[in-house]
Amino acid sequence: MLIKSIFGGKSEMTEAGSKKCPVVLMTRIRLARNIANTPFPGWAKETRRKEVLETCLPSVASLSQMKRGISAEISSLSDLERQILVERHLISRELSSNADAAGVVISKDQSISVMINEEDHLRIQVIKSGYRFKSAWNAIDAIDSALEEQLDFAFSQKLGYLTACPTNVGTGMRASTMMHLPALVISSQMEKVVRAVNQLGIAVRGLFGEGSDASGSIFQISNQTTLGESEGEIVKRLSSVLRTIIDQEMNAREKILEKDPNKLYDKIGRAYGILQNSHLLTSSECMNLASLVRFGVDLEMFPEKTRNIVDRMFIECQPGHVQYHAGHEIESSARDEFRAAYMRKQFENVARPIFNLHEMSSEDDTPKPDPEQEAE
Amino acid sequence: MAKPLKCDVCSEPATVHLTQIINNQIHKIDLCESCAEQKGITDPSGYSLADLLVKPESQSAPEVAALSCPECGCTQREFKKTGRLGCGACYETFASVVNPALLNMHKGDSHKGKVPQRALERATFIDRLGTLEDGLKEAISSERYEDAARMRDEIIELKKAMEAAALED
Ligand SMILES: [Zn+2]
Ligand SMILES: [Zn+2]
Repeated sequence: MLIKSIFGGKSEMTEAGSKKCPVVLMTRIRLARNIANTPFPGWAKETRRKEVLETCLPSVASLSQMKRGISAEISSLSDLERQILVERHLISRELSSNADAAGVVISKDQSISVMINEEDHLRIQVIKSGYRFKSAWNAIDAIDSALEEQLDFAFSQKLGYLTACPTNVGTGMRASTMMHLPALVISSQMEKVVRAVNQLGIAVRGLFGEGSDASGSIFQISNQTTLGESEGEIVKRLSSVLRTIIDQEMNAREKILEKDPNKLYDKIGRAYGILQNSHLLTSSECMNLASLVRFGVDLEMFPEKTRNIVDRMFIECQPGHVQYHAGHEIESSARDEFRAAYMRKQFENVARPIFNLHEMSSEDDTPKPDPEQEAE
Repeated sequence: MAKPLKCDVCSEPATVHLTQIINNQIHKIDLCESCAEQKGITDPSGYSLADLLVKPESQSAPEVAALSCPECGCTQREFKKTGRLGCGACYETFASVVNPALLNMHKGDSHKGKVPQRALERATFIDRLGTLEDGLKEAISSERYEDAARMRDEIIELKKAMEAAALED
């Protein structure tokens, strides 16, 4: 029942309305909060954890933002259900494997999820498609304030919100974006970017083989520090780094197109061919192909609406989702078969790519995130 | 092309590479997919690089014996082992260990962000109430009845205000 409503409804991640936003796939803000005078979940005895769950679950579920959402104890979910929630970034792997007296509340559009008894009593999270710190912050600030009316949060004037791990104390905020950086990966510049960004107290997480375009060229960039700066200052610092990375990615794209367009066209053309015709696809191959097609959409080789299909592929090529679509649990090799069949179907009506050697140099054609959506 | 890197944990070929600079030192970690998964870093929503970098402090100064949190019972040894505190009061209990670490981890040592208004109002109410109740007792025992009456009225007003605020929820 839970899974059906997850798949049935529109979600921020998969139905983002295809806003023209290359590079930044999604924005996410997370707040860690704890109930005052109560041991943190990792240290609390079972009975205290239960008390917290029993207090917090109804409080969170009663928020207006959670109307017609889903709320569940993790222990009541099947392995497949948990896996799908993890793949959709709605719960963490840690919560999924540490399910005693743990719960989650998810909003109807899946843009908000609140985990209970993860590392902290509450982990509030807002996901927005594209580059939208401002709207993510406004949403999460409202939820946090509404919860604070019902719950006493552990807070100190000096240290701010108190959290189980000292790396989160202060604002308790982790702000991040998922970035799609195919050109920086193809041109082997990612390592350099990671080093530069780390100097600024920003963490980059990516699954990538050096010099190769593995795992969809997707990277998560987030603030590493939470104390000593306000939420606004943290987001501002993060945003300025993000803008630099976006510029570098765009420059790398122009350079590739100038220097060796055929190599790129070949990659994108092959990706299209494989997605339309393959009969066995691993999840990582699928991610890489999706990444190339998304790159193609940015270059206007595919119609803009193809972006939606690709963004859904990133989510739906994962093992849990494939098993859901197959209708039952299946082993890895059979999953590759189902995945390929599913992708063939998705790509049946996607028009052939246009390779007309157009240049990306004109200012107006260079895709940039909507400036109104950027945080200040 | 690039040389294949080995997992720092199990020496299988590494596919996950993390780089971070803390205090001008470059920390680079290479992990295979399964070790990365075990450490939770294949999950984009729930990982903290700091966790990977916090090494158990084996050769640190002799441990302050039996320092434990009066609120939750968490010990300093436990904190060093897991990197996690037991409760909010632990921040006070282990201040001598935590505070220097905070300066290394963060941009400063004091909070500059959002403040939970309601919680602070409640805390202020409760503080004020305590002060008044102490004052009332003291006034009665020293037979300052005018002061006592004034304080009693203020306590009644304060309690009314607290109830009114609670009803707004
Ligand atoms: Zn390993
Ligand atoms: Zn404690």
